[in-house]
Amino acid sequence: MAREIWKWLGIPLIMIAIAAVIVIYSVNNPTDSIVARMLTYERVFRVIREHMGLLLVSMTGAIIVGVAGGIMLSRPSLYRIGRVMETFVNIGQTVPSLAVLALFYTILGLGFNVAVFALFLYSILPILRNTFAGIDGVEHNIIEAARGMGMRPLRILTKIELPIAFPIIVAGIRTAIVINVGAATLATFIGGGGLGDLIVTGLSVHRDMIIVNGAVIAAVTAILLDYLIGKVEERVVRWA
Amino acid sequence: MIKLEGLSKVFPGHNIPAVKDLNLEINEGDVCVLVGPSGCGKTTTMKMINRLYEPTGGKIYIRGEDALQMNPIKLRLDIGYVIQEIGLFPHMTIEENIATVPNEKQWPKDETKQKVSEVMTLVGLDPKVFKDRYPSALSGGQRQRVGVARAMVSDPPIMLMDEPFGAVDPITRARLQNEFLRIQERMGKTIVFVTHDIDEAIKMSDTIAVMREGELVQHATPSDLLSAPADEFVSNLVGRNRSIKRLHLIRINEILDEVDRAKPASEDAKIGEVEKQIEESDIRSVIVVDKDNKLKGVIGVSDLKRKSGEVAGDYCQDVTDTITSDATLNDALSVMLECGEGYVAVVNEDDQYEGTITLGDLLNVVKEEG
Repeated sequence: MAREIWKWLGIPLIMIAIAAVIVIYSVNNPTDSIVARMLTYERVFRVIREHMGLLLVSMTGAIIVGVAGGIMLSRPSLYRIGRVMETFVNIGQTVPSLAVLALFYTILGLGFNVAVFALFLYSILPILRNTFAGIDGVEHNIIEAARGMGMRPLRILTKIELPIAFPIIVAGIRTAIVINVGAATLATFIGGGGLGDLIVTGLSVHRDMIIVNGAVIAAVTAILLDYLIGKVEERVVRWA
Repeated sequence: MIKLEGLSKVFPGHNIPAVKDLNLEINEGDVCVLVGPSGCGKTTTMKMINRLYEPTGGKIYIRGEDALQMNPIKLRLDIGYVIQEIGLFPHMTIEENIATVPNEKQWPKDETKQKVSEVMTLVGLDPKVFKDRYPSALSGGQRQRVGVARAMVSDPPIMLMDEPFGAVDPITRARLQNEFLRIQERMGKTIVFVTHDIDEAIKMSDTIAVMREGELVQHATPSDLLSAPADEFVSNLVGRNRSIKRLHLIRINEILDEVDRAKPASEDAKIGEVEKQIEESDIRSVIVVDKDNKLKGVIGVSDLKRKSGEVAGDYCQDVTDTITSDATLNDALSVMLECGEGYVAVVNEDDQYEGTITLGDLLNVVKEEG
C-alpha cells in the first residue's frame, strides 16, 4: 500500500519541490529592491489562489456543460447537429485564447468573472467534442447487442456508452485543463488576476526572476493536474 | 411458438422492400435456420422478431400473443440474443457481461452469480478461470461461448442467433456447433438461427428457411431440402454435391452400431494374432487399446516390419486425431482428409475406444441415402 502511494505521489512531489525551491530561493535572494518588493510570499500565494480559482470555476462549469452537451448531441435526434458541431469546435479552437479574452473584455468589461466566463467557454470545446466523439465511436454491434437484450436507452447510455467513452472524455478534459492553465495566465490583462500577474509585472519592470516564478508555477500546475487525472483514469479503466 | 404472418419491412428511402410478405411458422423446441445470400433479408427478418426493426406490415405471434402489441423491452428480455461479432461489452468482465439480462431484470445478486457460474460451465468455460477476465483477454472461440452464455443465462424460451459462430476458424466452429447442439438437445429452446453457410444450416437445423430478395423460397427439413429443392435457386444454393451434404445430417453414433466394427487388439496381445487381424481388416490396420479400453494407438502393415517385439504394444504408434461419437459424418470425413487416413477412431470423453469409421462406411451411407 505504501509503495503504491509513493508510486502515485513521487512525480507530483518532485514537481512541487522544484517549484518551491525556485520560489523560496527567489524571495530570499532578490537581485535588487524592485524584485524584493514585487516578489513576496504573500503575493505568490495570492496569485496561485487566484489562478486556482479561475481554473476550478471555469473547469467545473466546462466539464458539466461539455459532457452534458456532448451526451445530448450524441442522441439520435440531435446527432446531425453534433456532426456539424464537431466542425465548428475545430474552427473555434483555432481562435487564440488572447483573442477570446479580448472579445469578452469588449462585451462584458473587466474582472475575475469575465475571465472565468471566457476560460469556461474556451475549455468547453475539447470536452464537448471528445464526449461526442467518444460516444459516437462506441461500436455499433455493442449497442445493438445491448438493445437486443432488452436494455433501455438510458441504461445503455450509463452502463455501456459512457463507460466505453470514458477514456476519450477524460482525454478531452486533460486537454482542456492544460489549455486552461496556460490561458488563465492571460486573465491578468482583463483584471482577472492569477499567475499572469507575476509574468506581466516582471515584463514591465524587466526583471526575469519574477517572470520565471510565474511561468514555472503555471507549468508545474499544468503538468501536475494532467498527471493526476491520467493516474485516476488508469485506476478506473482496467479493461483497455 | 413463433408465427410470422405476411411480414414486410421497407426501410425508409428504399423502394424495394427488404422483406416482403413473409409467412413462417416455427414450432416449439425447433431450430429454424434462415439461410440465403447476403442482402436476402434473413437478418432483417430476425431483428423484427425482437423488434429491433419495426415491421412495416404483417404480424408476429409469439406463443399466440401479438408481439407488436407487447412492450419491446419486456419482449427482448425474454428472447436470448447472440449477434454477429458477438458484441461483448469490452469494459465489463465476463461475469458482468453474462449477467446483463439478470441485472436488467433485477435478480438478487447471489442468484445471478450462481446462474452465471452454471451457464459458464455449460458452455465449457471454467468460471474460476474466466469470470474476472475482460473480453480482450479471450480467444475468438471463447468469446463466442460467452456470447452464447450471455444469451442463455436467464433461460429464455426463444433465442435469436445471427451468425453466432461466424468469426472463428473452421475447426473451432465445428466444435462450437457440436457443443451447441449438445446443449440444445438438453434445453430444447426455440431458436431462429441466421447464417449464409448452407453447410452450417444443414447441420444445425430442424427446419431450413431459404430466403432470396426478401422472400421465403422454401421452408423444409434439411433432408427434404436436399432431396427436393423447390427451384433452381435452392438447388444451386445447396450445391451439386448434395449427397456429401447429407453427411452433415447423420451423427456418428447413429451408424456406429451398424458398421462392421473391427475388434481392437489389446496391448498385450501376441503379435502373431494381431498380424492376422491386420491382414483381415479392410483398412489394413488395427486399433490397440489398453486394459481400460483406452485408446493406445494403431498398428499398420508397415509398422510390423519397422518395429520388433512380442506384443501389440511394442508395435503401435499414436493416432493423429480422433473424434467423438456426437460429431457428424462430415466431421469424420474432415478428420480423415486432414490426417490422410481412410479411417478415424471414435472415442468417448474419457478417451475410451468406441469404434472406427472408415471411408467405406461413409460411401455406403451416401449410397443408401442418396
